[in-house]
Amino acid sequence: MDFATLLPFLVNVIVGGLVLGLVYAIIALGYTMVYGVLQLINFAHSEVFVTGAVVGFEVFRVLQNVALNGYLKLLIALVAAMIVSGLLNVTIERLAYRPLRNAPRLVPLITAIGVSLILQDVLRVIEGFQGRFDLTYTLPAGFASPLCGPGSSCEGFGRFLQANQSSLQLKDMILLVVALVSLFGLNYLVNRTRLGKAIRAVAQDRVTAGLMGIDSDRMISATFLIGGALGGISGVLFGMKFGTVNAYSGFDPGIIAFTAAVLGGIGSIPGAVLGGLALGVIQNLIGVTNVLGSVVGSANLEAIDASYQRIGAFIVLVLILIFKPTGLLGKSNVEKV
Amino acid sequence: MTATSPNPVNVRRTPQRPDRTFLLVLFFVVTSAILLVSHNAPVRDSLGSLGNLLKNPIVEALTVSLFLANVLFAHLWRAAPWAKLLVGIGSLLFVLPLAGREDTSLLDLSIQIMIFAALALGLNIVVGLAGLLDLGYVAFFAVGAYTWGVFASPRFAEILKYFGEHPGGTNLSTLFLGLLLTAITAGSMVYINRLGQRTAPTALSTWSFRAASLGLIAGLILTVRAIAVLMSGQAGSLANGIDPSFFWLFLALSIFAAAVVGVLIGLPVLRLKGDYLAIITLGLGEVIRVLANNLDLYTAGSQGITPIKSASVPWFNAIAGALGFTEDQHYLLFLYFLVLVVIAGILLVNIRLDQSRIGRAWIAIRDDEVAAQAMGVPLVQTKLIAFATGASFAGVMGMIFAAKQTFISPESFNLFQSIGVLSMVILGGMGSFPGVILGAAVVTLLNLRILPGLGEATSQLGLNQNVNPAQLQRLIFGVILVAMMLLRPEGLLPSRRRTLELHHDEDQDDRLDALPSANASALDKTGGMK
Repeated sequence: MDFATLLPFLVNVIVGGLVLGLVYAIIALGYTMVYGVLQLINFAHSEVFVTGAVVGFEVFRVLQNVALNGYLKLLIALVAAMIVSGLLNVTIERLAYRPLRNAPRLVPLITAIGVSLILQDVLRVIEGFQGRFDLTYTLPAGFASPLCGPGSSCEGFGRFLQANQSSLQLKDMILLVVALVSLFGLNYLVNRTRLGKAIRAVAQDRVTAGLMGIDSDRMISATFLIGGALGGISGVLFGMKFGTVNAYSGFDPGIIAFTAAVLGGIGSIPGAVLGGLALGVIQNLIGVTNVLGSVVGSANLEAIDASYQRIGAFIVLVLILIFKPTGLLGKSNVEKV
Repeated sequence: MTATSPNPVNVRRTPQRPDRTFLLVLFFVVTSAILLVSHNAPVRDSLGSLGNLLKNPIVEALTVSLFLANVLFAHLWRAAPWAKLLVGIGSLLFVLPLAGREDTSLLDLSIQIMIFAALALGLNIVVGLAGLLDLGYVAFFAVGAYTWGVFASPRFAEILKYFGEHPGGTNLSTLFLGLLLTAITAGSMVYINRLGQRTAPTALSTWSFRAASLGLIAGLILTVRAIAVLMSGQAGSLANGIDPSFFWLFLALSIFAAAVVGVLIGLPVLRLKGDYLAIITLGLGEVIRVLANNLDLYTAGSQGITPIKSASVPWFNAIAGALGFTEDQHYLLFLYFLVLVVIAGILLVNIRLDQSRIGRAWIAIRDDEVAAQAMGVPLVQTKLIAFATGASFAGVMGMIFAAKQTFISPESFNLFQSIGVLSMVILGGMGSFPGVILGAAVVTLLNLRILPGLGEATSQLGLNQNVNPAQLQRLIFGVILVAMMLLRPEGLLPSRRRTLELHHDEDQDDRLDALPSANASALDKTGGMK
């Protein structure tokens, strides 16, 4: 590869990273909202997210041979994943975290790790009874075709994409739309409704909110429900994007999304989105560092392959926590959720 | 801890417990007999169907745990000192090796249990005493394992060969330069540190200290590189790694190396709060694993390093041979006793530290960081000591692990191992030494015997591999963590301090009386501290 093709290549990598970053952003919201109200890293969120991905897989599998519009199938999958993941998250909070509300801080954290491990194997056993481990999505026809292919109304744009080696597919556009709709929906819910106001009050000061007549336990449940539903959506989107998930595949996106939440300033919704986008781009850039290395001619860069992606997130996390622990948008007067 | 009554213990002494000397000795004799019989193939086979039952891995786990319960009871029960000594020494020094002579896998299992017990004791310092949740603990284990593994295997010759082919302008003068740089920078660091004790640090002293530390690192790299290049001629004679007589030197080195890595990892992250620290240590643990996976020259990547040598101890082998141990059991038996000695040392260090000034500082930090700092506890320094101490235990055990397995690969050191050790600490009781040893024994037996046994038992059912109980370790660890945190956060064998902390809103006096008074003297100290 030479410098002439490098520019469109990099643009494609960054665009792909932004799309991926939106998925991370939605997962990050689940972490940041729960952290906002309970100051707890919900380690189990990565499994809530994988549960959404599994539900999405099952919906697409069951509806595989049903003559339905592809978008309708997607809607069913999203709604089912939202319900299952949301209820799962509420159940986890009710059974595992609520009894520990006043315990020392390490105690709920260790519980969260345990819940995460339990869910991993439960999911694995549920799918294992049907003889499956890796779940490969059966997407409706056309979802995996290139964006604006021949014969569509935007053929010209499609030709432009093709000329620039873009690998964008229809599902990436769907992902973008779904992600943006859920982000704006969440923003409305948190900033414009009574429920959102109550959640923000609990996040700011649980005791005082209680004195104002807000039932903090219910608000915490509501937060887990919303966070879980977002996890469900992101699970389906993640499954669509990568095609294959398994019971253990929540770990990496979970860590990356948590890093995104911290990068943006934990507790802040726009921060989580910004952090998610940044992490998505960083991940994709690390993934192609070896290509860049071969262009520049540096053997050290060439040795960096996709296995360093995981490290990348951690290094970003260490650097933020050392130099700017409040994150990019996290200020003292930040709006907490 | 709420200080309601000045010292509840002195007001109400725990009632004298019944003397159980006879019971203890009886239990020791019976369980030893069962252990010896069940691991002796000819005797077992002559027992017919009972013998078959004893061969079952789940039953074996049961007999082993009953036997190990001896030691626990000797610790817990009130009995004559001679009986306690008899049971402790008899079971660990005589009966277990004797049973292992007939069944090598038992020796292997006991070494494994003790390695994990040592890891759990190390993590206990970090999590249980200092209250820092470290999810990357296995990284230090890896450091120890690779310290020995790289040098005592054919890998060493490969590295020397590589440096021989790529000297990169390194020669004898580089060695002098490296040594000079190391000496100057180390000397100036010591000097700056001395100065800093008398006067407040200035910007100049801080920056010159940082510059000197960078110089020290550069000097060390130059020195090591020069040595590697200069030694490359000997690659042929070192084809199987260095001489096993270096084992003892490396035992000390692995402690040192792990402690240094502990300080290096700890320095940037120990300022963070509990939950951030957890996720960062998890990350750094993964970083070390991925590095081990990718630094092919030094670690052979995912293929792993093999064969790794063990120590050569002719005098020990002679004794073992005279006692009827076969040739291939010698090194396991040696490692068994080595682990036993090391773990006794670790336990001693633990107990002494717990009752020392530094141990109380750890507990003060765990209970309330701000208050501890206000009382003059240097936070970062105290936490670093906890990190380094825990790391050094893992380091020495990592080295023994490498010598026992004769093979290490990055997969032996994944995140999952860290969580396993954490669940041992949680199960036994954070901060309680007998507790974490118990936790290590239970979890290791579950992992190595009971789960595979269940897998074997259900294999006739034609279950899918994904629902095989032998594969469900995550579930087990998860259930241990959640159940203990919800039902008994102080662990199975709680330490007194921890119980008081976790149940401070319940009736304290009742709690105190309900506890086995394992170390009543420690409690008096707690009372005196308030």
